[in-house]
Amino acid sequence: MAKKILITGNEAVVEGALAAGCKFYAGYPITPQNELIAYMAQKLPESGGVFLQAESELSAINMVFGASATGFRAMTSSSSPGISLKQEGISYIAGAELPAVIVNMMRGGPGLGNISPSQADYFQATKGGGHGDYHSIVLAPGSIQECYDLMLVAFDLADKYRTPVIILGDGLIGQMMEPLVRQGAEHKVKDYAKPWALTGCKGRKQNIVRSLYLGQGALEKVNLRLQERYQKIIQEEQRSQSFQIEDCDFVLVAYGTMSRIAKGAVLALRKKGIKAGLIRPVSLWPFPEKIIAEAAKKVKAFLVIEMSYGQMLEDVRLSVAGKAPVHFLGRGGGEIPSEEEIVKKIEGVNKK
Amino acid sequence: MQKTFTHPQSLKNVSTHYCPGCGHGIAHRLVAELIDELGIREKAIAICPVGCAVLAYDYWDFDCTEAAHGRGLAVATAIKRLRPDNFVFTYQGDGDLAAIGTNETIHAANRGENLSVIFINNAVYGMTGGQMAPTTLLGQKTATTQKGREAKLHGHPLKISEMLAILPAVKYVERVALHSPQSVLQTKKAIKQAFENQINNVGFSFVEVLSPCPTYWGLAPKEAMAWIKDVMMKEFPLGKIK
Repeated sequence: MAKKILITGNEAVVEGALAAGCKFYAGYPITPQNELIAYMAQKLPESGGVFLQAESELSAINMVFGASATGFRAMTSSSSPGISLKQEGISYIAGAELPAVIVNMMRGGPGLGNISPSQADYFQATKGGGHGDYHSIVLAPGSIQECYDLMLVAFDLADKYRTPVIILGDGLIGQMMEPLVRQGAEHKVKDYAKPWALTGCKGRKQNIVRSLYLGQGALEKVNLRLQERYQKIIQEEQRSQSFQIEDCDFVLVAYGTMSRIAKGAVLALRKKGIKAGLIRPVSLWPFPEKIIAEAAKKVKAFLVIEMSYGQMLEDVRLSVAGKAPVHFLGRGGGEIPSEEEIVKKIEGVNKK
Repeated sequence: MQKTFTHPQSLKNVSTHYCPGCGHGIAHRLVAELIDELGIREKAIAICPVGCAVLAYDYWDFDCTEAAHGRGLAVATAIKRLRPDNFVFTYQGDGDLAAIGTNETIHAANRGENLSVIFINNAVYGMTGGQMAPTTLLGQKTATTQKGREAKLHGHPLKISEMLAILPAVKYVERVALHSPQSVLQTKKAIKQAFENQINNVGFSFVEVLSPCPTYWGLAPKEAMAWIKDVMMKEFPLGKIK
């Protein structure tokens, strides 16, 4: 049996990255993801990779751009204000069609905010974030085990689609400890051919990594290629987990830390005789619209719960498309809605 | 008969987008000649800047990447660390290297990355239409200093080469110019030194090249060459700084 280790989410991200064959990390310290950068500084060189503490978030994301351009698996991590600084770089990575993994352990905002867990960067992560028509794939771990597992998925998707992939956690997922089982020899790092990588032009024509396309129609052509890729991702990469939705009247929708509390609320509501269930989006982009739309045909109402003032709420509404009422419960500024608040909210909806 | 002049393999045979009298064409050619002469074309990776020279990859025939504005040395750092056997250099203008990218420049230099940097100083922002650069001279008229640069309002011309030279990990800094055939030959010598330093694992090497921008200096190409010698070199004296 594989050995269990007790570890924080931030450290599990590092273990996952190493298992995925990540060879480059650059980052800048920011709470609440400092365990990640410190653990990476120790572990990555041991496995033959390059670790760099950059002079800024801007430098870090552009180091990742350079690292990825050489064909190696590369990543950075930060928390909300630092991720804002990286947005230009993420747009360049998307424009140059480079794979990269970016981890955001979200904290309260706006501005310097605080260092408590938050989910207020959902819009930034899922709607592009930087300039231009692009999307990053966004994955939201709901446990320490998933911090590890989703890193393997993230690097594979990044290479497969030549796109940035964001792991969207929060300060609680990052700093909480839980048991982790690392995948052993059964996990094989998929080897993606990278004929576009900068290796020196020996035996081939010059490679150019670029996102500048001048001349009539040249940039539109690139954009159409990206859009086609995004459509494929929307069709093939929707991920979610559901809990007791088969017979339910009320569907709670929550991701990450919030989904764990929502799960507790489902059990509490069932004890009170109210049939509740939970859909937990794992991919936030592409949003798991199919399963939400399917549920909308059968249930009385949805309740979206977020550690923000309603960001994922918009995607749930779009997926439900008016087929059922969509209610909302959320708190911001680093505060977390409680199980009791969720139960009360559903009881209120049930009475109407 | 002995052949004494050829078109460098590293330079594509295409027409230029640069303005008449621009220094980029000369600098591009020197780079291409040296890459051929040092036999490193198949190992070379160039970082092209945001600015007029972003299209350097349309002229050079070896691997190239763009970098976001100012981030050339962050991109180069990662490439060289992961591919130490490749030859990696940045080619950057004054806005890119000494304004928006000052942080990346200083820290890559301070880490002593084994990179070669070609810094084209033409004292003005060319691509965006002739605005003030960090290296614009006092009194120089630009689109954003229409009465001339004033120390009190805009600060002094930034001497990034002298600043970098004080860092212990910086191994070589020289300022050269492109205003005469002799100075072009000296520029080639300096770039060669910076390239050989990387090949020999010496460390961070930096060449500042005073380069003409006749369009945004409001001068004819010949007058622009004279302006480098008579005006610009007084503020930015040539020679080996370190």
